[in-house]
Amino acid sequence: MKRFPEYYTFWNIIGHYGLRVTAFLVLVFLMLPILIIMPLSFNSQPFFTFTEGMLSLDPEAYSMRWYQEIIDDSNWLLAIRNSFIVGTIAAFIATVLGTLAAVGLSSQWMPYKRLITAILLSPMIVPLIIIAAGMFFFYTQFNLVGTFTGLIIAHAALGVPFVIITVTATLSGFDRALFVAGLSLGASPVKVFWDVVIPLIRPGVISGGLFAFVTSFDEVVLVLFLAGPEQRTIPRQMFSGLREQINPTILAVATLLIVLSAALLFTLEALRRRSARIASGE
Amino acid sequence: MNEIRPDTFLRFDNVKKSYDQKSLVVKGFDIDVKEGEFITLLGPSGSGKTTVLMMLAGFESVTSGNIAIEGKSINKTAPNKRNIGMVFQNYALFPHMSVAENLAYPLTVRKLPKGEINDRVAKYLKLVELSNFGDRRPGQLSGGQKQRVALARAMIFEPALILMDEPLGALDKNLREQMQFEITRLHKKLGFTVIYVTHDQTEALSMSDRIAVFNDGVVQQCAPPSELYERPINAFVADFIGENNFVLGKVVSIEGCTAKVKTDTGTITTQTAAGLAVGNACKVSIRPEKLFIHPTTHAHENSLDVTFNTRIYVGDFIRYYFKLPNGTDVVVKVLNDLSAPEFDDGASAKLLSLIKNCIAFPIS
Repeated sequence: MKRFPEYYTFWNIIGHYGLRVTAFLVLVFLMLPILIIMPLSFNSQPFFTFTEGMLSLDPEAYSMRWYQEIIDDSNWLLAIRNSFIVGTIAAFIATVLGTLAAVGLSSQWMPYKRLITAILLSPMIVPLIIIAAGMFFFYTQFNLVGTFTGLIIAHAALGVPFVIITVTATLSGFDRALFVAGLSLGASPVKVFWDVVIPLIRPGVISGGLFAFVTSFDEVVLVLFLAGPEQRTIPRQMFSGLREQINPTILAVATLLIVLSAALLFTLEALRRRSARIASGE
Repeated sequence: MNEIRPDTFLRFDNVKKSYDQKSLVVKGFDIDVKEGEFITLLGPSGSGKTTVLMMLAGFESVTSGNIAIEGKSINKTAPNKRNIGMVFQNYALFPHMSVAENLAYPLTVRKLPKGEINDRVAKYLKLVELSNFGDRRPGQLSGGQKQRVALARAMIFEPALILMDEPLGALDKNLREQMQFEITRLHKKLGFTVIYVTHDQTEALSMSDRIAVFNDGVVQQCAPPSELYERPINAFVADFIGENNFVLGKVVSIEGCTAKVKTDTGTITTQTAAGLAVGNACKVSIRPEKLFIHPTTHAHENSLDVTFNTRIYVGDFIRYYFKLPNGTDVVVKVLNDLSAPEFDDGASAKLLSLIKNCIAFPIS
């Protein structure tokens, strides 16, 4: 039994446990839909429910059948490949542009800082459907609809705000005297930027890039508007899969995605911590 | 424009700085610095001293005037091409690099061969007595150690000129004295020229060859420490450097470089400062340690009648507070020896001083 302070009344104790139970229930509410998918994806039957065999833990009721189906289906393979290509390139572009923008915006001589920041962050605030519609009409002028270039540019634009936010946050802790010191030691401004500024803001750059990648990876609205069949990505494939052929393949893909995102998140977080440690010089 | 002395290394010629194109932060700064000199820019905050340093380093542009090193103007040289070492108040060590990497950085930038870089890093680590600290990161060092690394980093590429912007401001008192000694030692040993910015006058007086006292964007006086202290050129310097008593009076007569000043407590004979004229209101400065309490064995020429207010025991000396008849406080510092007298509250006393220690300044 936990010892409470002596002044605790009965209701204080109820409140104490009540808070814990509520917090736990909220966690279950958030996680259950994600976790439930995992066992279901090993269903040997083409249903979205737990069969009797599954509930009694009969090995016969489980199978890798739906995973096999992903590998055999060229549509899925194409979608997975596309998602990675588009996500990686878009995240790279967003990281470069966002970092440069954040560095510029943190300069004390930058005019109209607030206005420019607001414009650059707008893709995060404006409803996606509006961006998608606008881009669709804009892209038709340049024959970018239904091309990888178009989709990558669009996703990069969505990712930029995340990079700006994370990099600006790390830059706010950056001591400008370090830049000045670098110059005084004889390094050119560009060299100081690479040797001193980048290593110190790397944690922010990494998290920003990660956010940009994930944004592109699970984005479906812009894909629906701008991508042709050649550019279908995983979310797009899942979307059509839901309507056309309802079978647990989708669950298998979802499980893979969950595992992948978790792995990605842990790896990059570890990377980010490592560079944060280096940057702090401890 | 002054005559250019042949041994001038660094020269500021009527340098002005304005940030808003309306008001001047630095109003015409002139100085000739010899090679190897230790010059301190001293002044209250906002007096323009740091701006002068930043213009010299190239991080602020010069509004008008000229800065020249060895006769060549550096106004249009980029900061990274000036080859001037700089030590910052917050050290500005690169936290992601080890101490040795920090020291090697200016040499790597200059593309020196690897072997020479290693030799020089080892040499300078030894010079600042941190030989075993090369692998540490700045975050693992104490404040004093960081400042020594910063010093070594500013010296390692052997610039002829090193700027220091309140380098000891972040250190506690003991460490500060230790570092003052350290900087003086390195300066003597290596012979580089130093431009040092501080608002701490003790630091300035004990380290510098010459001190330029700044106020309001103007150099009030630029002189060696003893001259600055003994012969301040105006009331600001007299008040800013060290402690001073000011007695108000009126100039009765001037003979050569002495003047007779009539005050509430009688007439004092004083040295004259520039701009003093007969009939002017003036203030006479007398340092607290240059006033003696009657009776005394010290020679004296002037006397002031005062009443005793209070005395404060400081340890090595005792501070006496007296009042002039008009209510002005006068402080006297007396060594804590057998001659330090006791007074009753409100007792009257006589303070004595020499003419050479009284200076009359015009009141502007």
